[in-house]
Amino acid sequence: MSAEAIESSFGRRTSRAPGPRRIGRPSVNIHTLRGIAGIAAFVAVWQLGATFHVWVLAKVPTPVDVATAAWRLLHDPRYYIDWLISFKRVFLGFIIAQLLGIPLGLFMGWKTAFRELTFPVLEVLRPIPPLAWVPLSILFWPTPESSIIFVLFLGAFFTVLINTVAGVRAIDERYIRAAVSLGATPATVFRRIILPGALPSIGTGMAVGIGITWEVLVAAEIIAGRNGLGYMTWEAYVAGAIPTIIVGMISIGIAGYLSSMLVRAIVARSMPWTRRA
Amino acid sequence: MANAVSPPQARSVAGAISLRGVGKVYDPDGLATVAVDDWTLEIANGEFVVVVGPSGCGKTTLLNGIAGFDPITRGEIVLDGETIASPSRSKRPGSDRIVVFQNGSLFPWKTVVDNVAYGPVVQRRMSRGQALQEARTLLERVGLGDVADAYPRKLSSGVQRRVEMMRALINDPKVLLLDEPFRALDAIARSVMHDELLKLYDATKKTVFFITHDLDEAIFLADRVVVSTSRPARVKRVLPIDLPRPRTHLIIASPEFLALKRQIADAVHEEAEKAFRLGEPELA
Repeated sequence: MSAEAIESSFGRRTSRAPGPRRIGRPSVNIHTLRGIAGIAAFVAVWQLGATFHVWVLAKVPTPVDVATAAWRLLHDPRYYIDWLISFKRVFLGFIIAQLLGIPLGLFMGWKTAFRELTFPVLEVLRPIPPLAWVPLSILFWPTPESSIIFVLFLGAFFTVLINTVAGVRAIDERYIRAAVSLGATPATVFRRIILPGALPSIGTGMAVGIGITWEVLVAAEIIAGRNGLGYMTWEAYVAGAIPTIIVGMISIGIAGYLSSMLVRAIVARSMPWTRRA
Repeated sequence: MANAVSPPQARSVAGAISLRGVGKVYDPDGLATVAVDDWTLEIANGEFVVVVGPSGCGKTTLLNGIAGFDPITRGEIVLDGETIASPSRSKRPGSDRIVVFQNGSLFPWKTVVDNVAYGPVVQRRMSRGQALQEARTLLERVGLGDVADAYPRKLSSGVQRRVEMMRALINDPKVLLLDEPFRALDAIARSVMHDELLKLYDATKKTVFFITHDLDEAIFLADRVVVSTSRPARVKRVLPIDLPRPRTHLIIASPEFLALKRQIADAVHEEAEKAFRLGEPELA
C-alpha cells in the first residue's frame, strides 16, 4: 500500500470535527437554543393553563407561585442540605451497586456454570420493585439510613448486573481467540478482553441505573427519611404547601438530570474508543 | 521457485507442519457430523500454502485444529517435530502459531500501537514501555507510523488487516494462520493487500497457512494450492504454483496464471456442485 493510500485512508480522522455530542461542555448553538425554547414553551403553557383554570391545571399553582416558593427555599440553608443528603444517598447506593454488580456480572457472563447456578435466583429477585423491599429492609437494617441506602442500591444493582452479563456474553469469540493466540492466559483474557469488551454495555447499565436510583429515592425518603429532597416534597404535601411540592419535584428532576450527565460523562471518558471524531 | 529458501530475516526459522490423517467429528447432539476426514499434507518450513474449497467445507475447522482452538478427533498435527494436536493432546493456542481472522480481531478498545504491543506484553517478554517502543518502530517501518495512535474503528478495513498482521508478526511466530483475512475487503483493496502480504512474506519467510475460496487470491499468493473437498474435507488436489517471486498484480492476466486457474477452478467447481446438491448448512 502506498503512502498516499495510507494518507487517504487516514486523512478522515486527522481533522477533528467539532462533534455535536460533547458532553459537559455546552455552548450556545442551535441545539441549546432549541432546548431553552422547549422549556420556555412548557412554562408558558403551564402559566396560561393555571391562570385561566384550564382543566387539570385549575388547581395547579402558577410558575410564578412556584418561582416565589423556590426563591424562598434558595435562602433556606436546609434546602441545600436536602440536596446534599439526597445526592449522598443516591451515589452511595449507586456506587455500592456498581462495586457488587459489575464483578458479579462479569463472572456470571464468563463462567457458564456460575451463571446457571445464580441466574434463576436473581431472575426471581429482579422483578421485585425496590419499594417492596422497604418493609423488610426497615426490619433488618439497623438504622433508617442504611435501609434507604439498601433500597437505592437495589434500584441500580439489577440493572447493572443484567447489562454486565449481557455485555460479557456479547463479546465476539474472535477477540478471546485472538488474545489466547497472542499468548494471553485466562486471567489476562478476563482483565484485558472481558472487562473492556463488556464496558460499553456496563456503561449503558450505569446510565440507566442512576436514573432508577433517583426514581426510588423519593419513596425511600418518604418511608424512612427525615430529610432529603424526597422527604422535603412529602413534608410540603403534609403541610399543604403546594408550590413547594412542585419545587421539590423539579429539584429531583434537575438532580437526576445532573447525575445522569455526570455518569454518562464518566462512562464516555473511560471508553475513548467509542468516541466519534 | 516454489519452496525457495531465501535467507530468513526472521529470528525463528522453524515452522514445518505435518497434517497426518487429521479428522474432526462434531457430535454435539449425538448426530455425528464429519467436518474433516483424513486430511494429510506436509508443509515445509517457510512455505506459503493456500487451501481452497467451497464455503463451509471444514477449512476453518482444520485451521482451528492447528491453532489449538478446537481439538481434533483423529490423526495428528505436528509442528517442528512436536505433536501439537491429536485426539489425546491439544497444545494450548499460543504465539508460535498466530491466527488472523476473517472479519478482523483488532481490539477496538486499544489503539493501533497498543494492539501491536499486546503479544509481547501478555507473554511478559518485554515491559510495556519496551513493547510499545518496538511496536511503534515496526509500524513505522511498514509505513503505518501515522496511524499508531488511532483506534482501529477509525481506519479502513485494509489498514486494519495490515495492523493485525503486524500484531502477529511482532511475536515472531513460526506459522501464520490466515482465515480468509481479506474477505470483507473489496476487490481493489484486496489486490493491494495481496501485494502487501507478499512483501511481508518475502521479507520474513514465515510458514503461511491461508484459507480462502477466492481462486485468484490462492494462485497469486501460494507456493502450493490445496483443493479441499466439500464436507467432509479431504485433500482433493495439490497444485504447485511455479510463478516466480516477487509477484506483482500483473501476473493474474498472464497465460500461466490462467492455465493454473483453469485446473483449480475445475476441481473446486466439482466440489462446489457436490456441496450444492447436498444442500447441507455450512459449518463455521
